[in-house]
Amino acid sequence: MSSEMNGSNEEQIGRLLRLLPPAPQGWVRAAQELPAARAMLDELVARAEQDAAFRLQLQADLERAVAAAGYEPSPFVISGLRRLLKAV
Amino acid sequence: MTGMTIRQRSRIVRDMAVEQTDAQLVSRCREGDVDAWNEFVERFSRYVYAICGRGFRLAQQDSEDVFQEVFARAYERLSDLRSDDAVRPWLAQLTRRLCIDKLRLLSRDTPSEAEPDDREVDDLLGRLNEAMAVRAALDSVGDPCREILDRFFCRDESYRTIGDSLDIPAGTIASRISRCLEKVRAELDGRSRASRPS
Repeated sequence: MSSEMNGSNEEQIGRLLRLLPPAPQGWVRAAQELPAARAMLDELVARAEQDAAFRLQLQADLERAVAAAGYEPSPFVISGLRRLLKAV
Repeated sequence: MTGMTIRQRSRIVRDMAVEQTDAQLVSRCREGDVDAWNEFVERFSRYVYAICGRGFRLAQQDSEDVFQEVFARAYERLSDLRSDDAVRPWLAQLTRRLCIDKLRLLSRDTPSEAEPDDREVDDLLGRLNEAMAVRAALDSVGDPCREILDRFFCRDESYRTIGDSLDIPAGTIASRISRCLEKVRAELDGRSRASRPS
């Protein structure tokens, strides 16, 4: 803790608390779901590597193919997939 | 935890976590502990959000892009962190760099998007670090103080809204805020004494 915080008063505590409003809930939720999204991404890439027809579907319409495969086409998954598919 | 609101989930995660150091939390995240990752995002979301909004004055949409990118990179690169204790400055640096990248990208289209002065951002980071210490103290004090102070100072809710939400008379909110602030101050003073070399 910095020396400025030593002997802090209530007014200062209130001012500091105001500096940290919550981030929008949807943003926090999306960030918390990253591990699941990451796992989903890995599964989709593995499937695209093994299944040429699925790969073609992804190339034709990424979001629709992801949804049709039963996955949530979140922005993280779509952008990650777009990046990874270039390497497949 | 399916079917719960994000606040309910956050509270459970927070209450389950006996106050852990940043290093302990990072170590659990590296082991693939999903609850630890939830707690990590919960602990640092306000910090990252404040750097984007207050430090670099990014618009909401641009802040959201940076916010998600910060946590995506943090998730993928936690193993690169040299010292688990250094996670907060590491996140601050990462957020700062991504905000600058975003502003530079925006300024190609809108030349008026100016980067803030480095010193301004350094000052803000100093204050945000103090604010994080206050939040940690607030978490230790726990509810109902945590809820009341968060609603009043961080969510800017009126006495009436707080009273209605928590089912307490609006006329008592001011005195509750005052008592809760005293508790947080006492907690901070205790921490400060404990961290002083004897």
